[in-house]
Amino acid sequence: MAKQIDLHDVAHSELEMRSRYTTRVKACSSTACLSAGAGPVRQALDQAAEREDVNSDVQVVPTGCMGMCSSGPLVRVEPRGAEPTMYAQVTPDIATRIIREHVVVRKLIDEHVLDEDQPFFSRQRKIVLGNAGRIDPERIEDYVAEGGYQALAGALNDLAPEEVIEIIDDSGLRGRGGAGYPTAKKWDMLRRAEGSPKYLIANGDEGDPGAYMDRTIMEDDPHRVIEGMIIAAYATGASHGYIYVRAEYPTAVERLERAIRVARRQGLLGRNILGSDFDLQLEVRIGAGAFVCGEETALMASIEGRRGTPSLRPPYPTEKGLWGQPTMINNVETLANVPAIVANGAEWFGEVGTAQSKGTKVFALAGSLVNTGLIEVPMGITLREIVFDIGGGIPNDGVFKAAQSGGPSGGCLPASLLDSPVDYESLRKLGSMMGSGGLVVMDDSMRMPDVARFYMEFCREESCGKCAPCRTGTVQMHALLDRICEGVGRRRDLQHLESLCRTVRQTSLCGLGQSAPNPVVSTLDHFRHEYLDLLVPDVSYNGTAPSVPPRPQAPDPAVTTKGGSR
Amino acid sequence: MAEARTAERAAQGEGHPSGDERFALLDKTLRKARYQQDQLIEVLHVAQDLFGHLSEDILIYLARQLKLPPSRVYGVATFYHLFSFTAPGRHSATVCMGTACFVKGAEEIVQQLEAAHDVRSGQTTEDGELTVSTARCVGSCGLAPVVVVDGVVTSHQTAESTLAHVGEVLAKEPTEAST
Repeated sequence: MAKQIDLHDVAHSELEMRSRYTTRVKACSSTACLSAGAGPVRQALDQAAEREDVNSDVQVVPTGCMGMCSSGPLVRVEPRGAEPTMYAQVTPDIATRIIREHVVVRKLIDEHVLDEDQPFFSRQRKIVLGNAGRIDPERIEDYVAEGGYQALAGALNDLAPEEVIEIIDDSGLRGRGGAGYPTAKKWDMLRRAEGSPKYLIANGDEGDPGAYMDRTIMEDDPHRVIEGMIIAAYATGASHGYIYVRAEYPTAVERLERAIRVARRQGLLGRNILGSDFDLQLEVRIGAGAFVCGEETALMASIEGRRGTPSLRPPYPTEKGLWGQPTMINNVETLANVPAIVANGAEWFGEVGTAQSKGTKVFALAGSLVNTGLIEVPMGITLREIVFDIGGGIPNDGVFKAAQSGGPSGGCLPASLLDSPVDYESLRKLGSMMGSGGLVVMDDSMRMPDVARFYMEFCREESCGKCAPCRTGTVQMHALLDRICEGVGRRRDLQHLESLCRTVRQTSLCGLGQSAPNPVVSTLDHFRHEYLDLLVPDVSYNGTAPSVPPRPQAPDPAVTTKGGSR
Repeated sequence: MAEARTAERAAQGEGHPSGDERFALLDKTLRKARYQQDQLIEVLHVAQDLFGHLSEDILIYLARQLKLPPSRVYGVATFYHLFSFTAPGRHSATVCMGTACFVKGAEEIVQQLEAAHDVRSGQTTEDGELTVSTARCVGSCGLAPVVVVDGVVTSHQTAESTLAHVGEVLAKEPTEAST
């Protein structure tokens, strides 16, 4: 049997080790900062510490995402017993100065200091990302020192599985993958399902272009995901777990695999977890680039090593899932919420958010904004607060035009809806959706039909081809949008498009097809005039637009199929 | 049991007649996966890493090893975007076409790259030097538009800066290859 980790011992010695340093310098080493040059910055920090001979007093910690990706690489200096300071756009030269001036002689390099009191930071509320940018994701000791795995230990020792589900139920936690299904309901269904073994899957197949929340969670705090999964498995009776990660996220795969190995060695996975009689095996499975695999039945097919095509529900995965066994699929962000809820209680969690949508949501904020990056905000915050307070507004005196949420399944929200709250119900009512959390802001240089065409091209490429409405419908809708965007579309094309939107929405097999028309429908709702402006006017003999009937047309290229969808 | 099967294979002199060392590495992966059919995607990833792309030969080899019908292996391999069936160019330029990059003008970069190197996205130039492709969000949205050149992410790109950078990378190669 693996040795059992003593959480208190590990936390204690880690904190003691930390207290030996007078200053801890945290260097963001997430993907965005690395592409901005964080690697050489960290080297410069290490070298400078050595040169100044402050090695024993200064600890340089590589951390995950600190949030404000547009100002990267970020470095945070945390002197013992003094206020921390964050530096933006750090180069190796500035890194050297940070050690030489800030750390050694306590003189701030004012021109590079990033104000942490600004709304971008102060308006956020971090639960899931609590450790991101604060700990070294590759060290379990760091996670344990922040209280990690305490929730699991508490649950295993003091709570029956049903009681864990009850806590999650009371907290009001809902699925963070987009649809917002109550998490406790799913857990309860798996718990009650007959059959053994039962499987648990963490969905980290974040395919929405413009979103990287789940990746950041998996990369920056892998143990939080694992702890959430162990608790979920304990509550539901699952004995095997898979974390399904996109192949495009090699760092996430690497860190999760390492974290699983370490957890297994420490008796947190495998048999008799933390000395209890509960067992769980965990494995990482890698996708291979297919958006549809985010759909749960397609995801399971992919884990089984088959083509990732969805199948009809019911039966639901909790009845008949992986290899015909009861299976539950939770989004990575959902699971990452679990340890904090179990540790702090349902009531604590319920204080954040709205009545129907509790807690926080992580968004990847991108597009035409002064500040872009990863944010975690309480549910119910208004779009205006996100765009103008946190995002800092539109750069270069641009004008806000629309915010797109929910990716290819979501919709656009125009300026008139800036004051609507961001929660599951409100967004759905407005014809968009929470989605997994991509939020792309567009300024007035963007033509909305182009945006719709962009998403439709995405759906056309990503349609798995299993059902006809999605396979051929997305091809036709894209062709029609293409005509309209190129300025050769006619009124009839728009009518075709709208009718196709209805058909595809109502008749597609899975969520990808059913939601594929959403970007078109929502841009038509809010920006119809932009489509109309692009149409070729139907002219009659006296030069005015005719009411009926439209002029007979040349053969419509949109009606001939332009090849398969793949 | 897996070992016994492997030993049997070795005794029969299975492996690959070409003597290509990479097949030994592929076999090691297959053993680690215990020849389980549900590990097909993982094995395909390793095969592509080793060989650069998935040739028909390799697909048939994997089908035999995993005791799967070739149609199934081919079906799975062609379903997923990341698997490629043609040899990649010596250099690669991947333009991110995630929403954030699209909003910031990534399409223009793709068009200019295609025009400048006379190649379509997803294809390799005739001389085998450059593969131009697009990606669905590399997750660096704060740095949009992003182009990944030979695996290195370059941020805040314009068509001009990308063309210049790709030109530099292409020009560098002959000296490196000769040394």
